[in-house]
This record gives sequence, C-alpha cells and structure tokens, in this order.
Amino acid sequence: MMRDVFVLAVLVLGSTGGEIAITHGMKATGEPATLRPMAVLQFLRRALGNGWFWAGVPLMAISFYSLLLLLSWEPISFVIPASALSYVVGTFGAKYILGEEISVARWAGVILVCAGVALVAAG
Amino acid sequence: MRIKTLAMVLTMVVCANVGDLMLKRGMTQNGAVPLSLSGLQHAFLMTVTNGTIWIGIFFLSGFMLSYMTVLSWADYSYVMPAGAFGYALLTFLAVVFLHESVSARRWIGVVLICVGVLLVGQTKPRTTAEVAREVAA
Repeated sequence: MMRDVFVLAVLVLGSTGGEIAITHGMKATGEPATLRPMAVLQFLRRALGNGWFWAGVPLMAISFYSLLLLLSWEPISFVIPASALSYVVGTFGAKYILGEEISVARWAGVILVCAGVALVAAG
Repeated sequence: MRIKTLAMVLTMVVCANVGDLMLKRGMTQNGAVPLSLSGLQHAFLMTVTNGTIWIGIFFLSGFMLSYMTVLSWADYSYVMPAGAFGYALLTFLAVVFLHESVSARRWIGVVLICVGVLLVGQTKPRTTAEVAREVAA
C-alpha cells in the first residue's frame, strides 16, 4: 500500500513536473512565426536548444517507468483513475509555478475531466 | 487564437491515439517478447523492420510536435484538460469500429469529460504575458 502511494506520487509529480518544465521551455522558445514546415523546423531547433525542455524529458521518463511499475502491481482500472489526479496537481502547478490564471470555469472543467477520466478508465 | 489552439489540440489527440493504436497493432504482429538476450535482440530487429511500428512512431512524433507547438502559446492548464478529449474519442471509436459494449459508468465518464473540455475550451487560451517575442525574433 505504502509502496503504491509512493510510486503513484512519483508518477504524478514526474509527469506534471516534466510537463511544467516543457511548457516553461516552450514559452521561452516563443511560438513559430507561421505553421509552414521551414518555420516549424526552425522552431523545433530553438526548442531543442532550451535547457528547460531537456529538464522535462527525464522527469517524464521517470513518470513513464513508474506507470509501468504500478501497472505490473495493480489493475489498470485502479492505476489510470488514480493517475487522473495529475489533472488537479497540474492545475495547481500551472497556477503557482507558471503563474497562469485559473478561472472558476477552468477549475470546474478540470475537476469534471478528472472525474470523467477516472470513470472511463474504471470501465 | 482559440480556433488555432483547438485545431492544434485536436491534431495532438488524433496523433496520440492513432500512434498508440499503430504501436499496439505492430507489437501484436510481432508477437509476445521473450525476456532473454536473444529474444530481445530478435524483438528489436522485428520492431525496427515493422512498417506499422514506423507509422506509429511517425504519428507519436506528430503528437510531440503539436504538443510543443501549442504549449508555445497556450496555457498548460488549458491544453492538459483539453487533451483528455482523447479518452472520449477512444470510447466512440471502440463503439463504432470495434463494436465494443460500453458500460453506463463509462458513458457518464465520457459525458463528464466532454462537458469539462467544453468548459475549459471556452476560457481564454492564454493568461500569461507574452515575454518570448523578442527571443523568437
């Protein structure tokens, strides 16, 4: 039980931490001037030169391996609903780390999505 | 801005789902992987020479690129819940193409996701200041 809680925490914090780092890196990269292939390639090159992007990748890898580990111990109908907590943790991260404004409508949407993903995955 | 963001999120969701399906199909074609050195070597060769796996990798690369692109202008707290639309989409695809039966609980989940995504979708995609313009130029 303690083992599950610990690995679930690594899973949730790894995925949200990784995604927040990548978001920060992408905001620093700036959006591509157009969505034409050359502009997107230049954008990709700038993004791959950003340290925050590379800080995010290993965090997401850790989260992926915790998911595999958890799936080897518990049924998927427990693992995916439990990992839906990431939506709530990620929203807190967006507010307090990235400084995004979370309106009431956005909070309500996030909570509905979180509950919905839990129900869908539970079958 | 909102249309561009939603189009990019939709691309992201479709690429992720098609990519996963192709990987699953490719790995099933290859058969179960035995956990021995020779088994892994053989599985590696089978994987890199399997066209379906490469189609999967192509779509998953498309997912990563559209994800990175949309995050370069839109909020993380906007893109993340909107991406959950994929769970609803997969349920519809499973019913229409695979004729799977879906429980009432799962349908309620799909409805909650759709309402949640609609709520998030009508908020402003970007709430932080634009600071990267000069860096980009």
